[in-house]
Amino acid sequence: MTEGATPTPAQGPPPAAVAPEASKRHGEHVAPSLAMRGITKQFPGVLANDHIDLDVKPGEIHALLGENGAGKSTLMNILYGLIQPDSGEVLINGAPVRISGPSDAIGRGIGMVHQHFMLVPVFNVTENIILGDETMANPVVLDERAAEGRIKELAAQFGFEIDPRVIVGELSVGMQQRVEILKALYRDAKILILDEPTAVLTPQETVEIFGVLRRLADEGTSIIFISHKLYEVLEIADRITVIRRGKVVGQADPKTATEEQLAEMMVGREVSLTVSKEPATPGETVLAVQDLRVDDDRGSEVVRGCSFEVRAGEILGVAGVAGNGQAELVEALVGLRKTRSGSITLDGAVVTHNSVRDLTTRGIAYIPADRQRYGLVLSYPIDDNLVLTDYHRAPYSRFGILNERAIGERAAELIPAYDIRTPSAVVSAATLSGGNQQKLIVAREFSREISLLVADQPTRGLDVGSIEFIHKQIIAKRDAGVAVLLVSAELDEILELSDRIAVMYRGQLVATVDAAGAEKERIGLMMATGQAGGTDDVEGQR
Amino acid sequence: MTEERGGGAGGGMSLNPTALLGSGAGLGQQLVGTTVAVLLGLLVGAALILLSSALSDEGFDPFLPITAYWALLEGSLGSLRGIGNVTNVMTPLILVGLSVAFAFRAGLFNIGAQGQFFVGAFVAALAGASIALPFPLALLAALAFGALGGAFWGFIPGFLKAWRGAHEVVVTIMLNSIAALGLNLLASTLFKDPVATFPRTPDILPEAVLPIILADTKMHAGIIVAVITAVVVWFLLFKSTLGMDIRTTGSNPNAARYAGIRPAAIIVLTMSIAGALAGLGGAVETLGITKNYPAEYNTTYGFDGIAVALLGRAHPFGVIGAALLFGILRSGAGSMQRATDIPVDIIVIVQGAIILFVAAEPFLRRVWSRRRTAAAAGAAPAGSPA
Repeated sequence: MTEGATPTPAQGPPPAAVAPEASKRHGEHVAPSLAMRGITKQFPGVLANDHIDLDVKPGEIHALLGENGAGKSTLMNILYGLIQPDSGEVLINGAPVRISGPSDAIGRGIGMVHQHFMLVPVFNVTENIILGDETMANPVVLDERAAEGRIKELAAQFGFEIDPRVIVGELSVGMQQRVEILKALYRDAKILILDEPTAVLTPQETVEIFGVLRRLADEGTSIIFISHKLYEVLEIADRITVIRRGKVVGQADPKTATEEQLAEMMVGREVSLTVSKEPATPGETVLAVQDLRVDDDRGSEVVRGCSFEVRAGEILGVAGVAGNGQAELVEALVGLRKTRSGSITLDGAVVTHNSVRDLTTRGIAYIPADRQRYGLVLSYPIDDNLVLTDYHRAPYSRFGILNERAIGERAAELIPAYDIRTPSAVVSAATLSGGNQQKLIVAREFSREISLLVADQPTRGLDVGSIEFIHKQIIAKRDAGVAVLLVSAELDEILELSDRIAVMYRGQLVATVDAAGAEKERIGLMMATGQAGGTDDVEGQR
Repeated sequence: MTEERGGGAGGGMSLNPTALLGSGAGLGQQLVGTTVAVLLGLLVGAALILLSSALSDEGFDPFLPITAYWALLEGSLGSLRGIGNVTNVMTPLILVGLSVAFAFRAGLFNIGAQGQFFVGAFVAALAGASIALPFPLALLAALAFGALGGAFWGFIPGFLKAWRGAHEVVVTIMLNSIAALGLNLLASTLFKDPVATFPRTPDILPEAVLPIILADTKMHAGIIVAVITAVVVWFLLFKSTLGMDIRTTGSNPNAARYAGIRPAAIIVLTMSIAGALAGLGGAVETLGITKNYPAEYNTTYGFDGIAVALLGRAHPFGVIGAALLFGILRSGAGSMQRATDIPVDIIVIVQGAIILFVAAEPFLRRVWSRRRTAAAAGAAPAGSPA
């Protein structure tokens, strides 16, 4: 990263782990290790890839940037042999190849690390790595020791610190990702595809994995890095190719490009990356939480005495490294998890032990962190998903009988209002892109009469266009007098949206600060250490 | 990928019945898939018939499968009498199939339909023999008691699952044995008809008998009960909020909790209703056919219901269609044997093969589509001038 890059202060990258010389070696004269020429793939109704060209040079980290549904995954699936292109060719080290399937791709030195890891949690690191490519001492016996030796060698060569004998289920998400990368290296991958590798990582793990990727590139591996996080791409990539609606719209040089330029290339119009909002005018207290204690699934106390309030017309952001009790706190608030002690008061009524349905009726809206697991029934059509939290009420049902007309009318109203892009209201939610799935949930939850909005990671995994839309909706709800509790692992999102920020550390809110004038570095430090720091604008725990 | 997540929401390594519903495939696709499975099953039967012909002393007859299947059709649908036999076989199959299908929709595998069928049959036999009321009332009371008996037998695994997470498959397998052997014991001791030669419960009163509805046949009114029940189950599943609760729980239990549904309550209710449906199947069989509960009650209707529900894609109307097919195969098998000397067992194999092809359909579909893509990809470079 050089001085030429000018990221906005609010979204500036964490301290760069990139050597300044790193990209100098990739002169134009270097022959690409991978070239894709004129790749075209037509799916029913969609031209997923339209004459896409892509070059990746040895030792280059090449970022592929695009919105959800832009065609990145299709292109990578073609490269990995999962689908065949209608036309176009793939060249590896200058020779045209036809990749018939993943095993063929692996044989040609292409490795892929999926967003969702493909690991067996009860196997150890070595077993996971050699799975499907076992080193045999003889035709029936595995030579696990030889495999272990090679894994140690590889780990040393690329600076991984990993014990080959540890059970994968006991590793952190960041370490599991390294196992996935090692798996590809073990198969002699020279071209490594990483599909949104940072989506599941904490900021610290992201910095670490960037170090690993840089080292791999320095050793000569070509890396294709798929992401829609702009600042990350600017930080790690040597070159950026932007795809929109199946076409390459251009290339960008991370040394000179800005996030605004990239966002505009991706979306095709100007996107405001910063949220514009008026100062909050807080009203009555809507949610009051007193000394709340909550257990996780294993029965250990992970919310350890939280007290806070959220008032009408303000956004309280809860910042914190994932796994500090935020998920359990949210689940307790919306009635999905039993509380151990303490009280929750909503609009003046104590609702500590009320059911989900009662809380929904009282006016809690909830955007769950995992939309496919909690927020949607993927096999249901869109119209049924749009009434998932209120089909038991009139007008959507009477005397226990569904009113299909009322359900249809609601869908006809909400789909255009929330810009859910779908051919019809009766196709299953599984057919929607991630951004449209999230818009569906937002449409359902925001169109009810609500007084409190609990939003857990509301924009995780979404592209900039969808993020902008959902942020605007949340601000609009705040301005309409709804109390908003925002939980996010993205500190930038917390800083932009919140009026007040609470930092959660090991199950406690260690500090609550006014968002105006809050410094990112100080909050980051509090997230990491739990130390409030003791300056004036810290209200401390109430 | 999203499809996998949708189907796999039931969780991990455990049996996930909703995966068998062929979610993702449209109605048209399902119909085609099912028809292909049935045809392939019949082909397997035909191959076996040919094999038996080749091994027999009477010489090889290449047209034997056609002769045999024709005899089967003629024996089942060729006469009013035959049709009456078909509907009588269909009746319990529909009701037990509905039971399994209903539980499928909530993500539950009701292996226990067999036991619930026995309990329903037994309770209906006792009620039909002892409730002295005029004609339709005695019959309706006996049917209701049979359904209640089945409901109780379905409630037990539902409750155990909701309360302690006991897997319904394991519990219902146990309850099947308990029902079969326990009722055997009761029918030969405590409730034995003193005048009967073979141990069985007393015959039901004439007022509780399901009347014959087509002259000169054995077709009893049970088929009406079964079809009405199927319509009621369809309405309950797809038009009521309870049905939406059940289907949501089955499709995505996490989303169900998020939507304010209490999965524990839904599990207990679903298993009770599924039990009632299977129990009603037993009751109809008792009140229409056996007229008492024999101690050595030898039937597999409960297990056949699983096959019917699978073939019918856990849809009430699909269940009727599947029961019709199995009814034809079964009641025509005797005619086939008389006409061609082919054992009726071949029909059991055909049924098994059909279910196998239904279960294998997603796999076959994938192989098929991959071969098509490969063929298309193979054709492209050949056609393009280099």
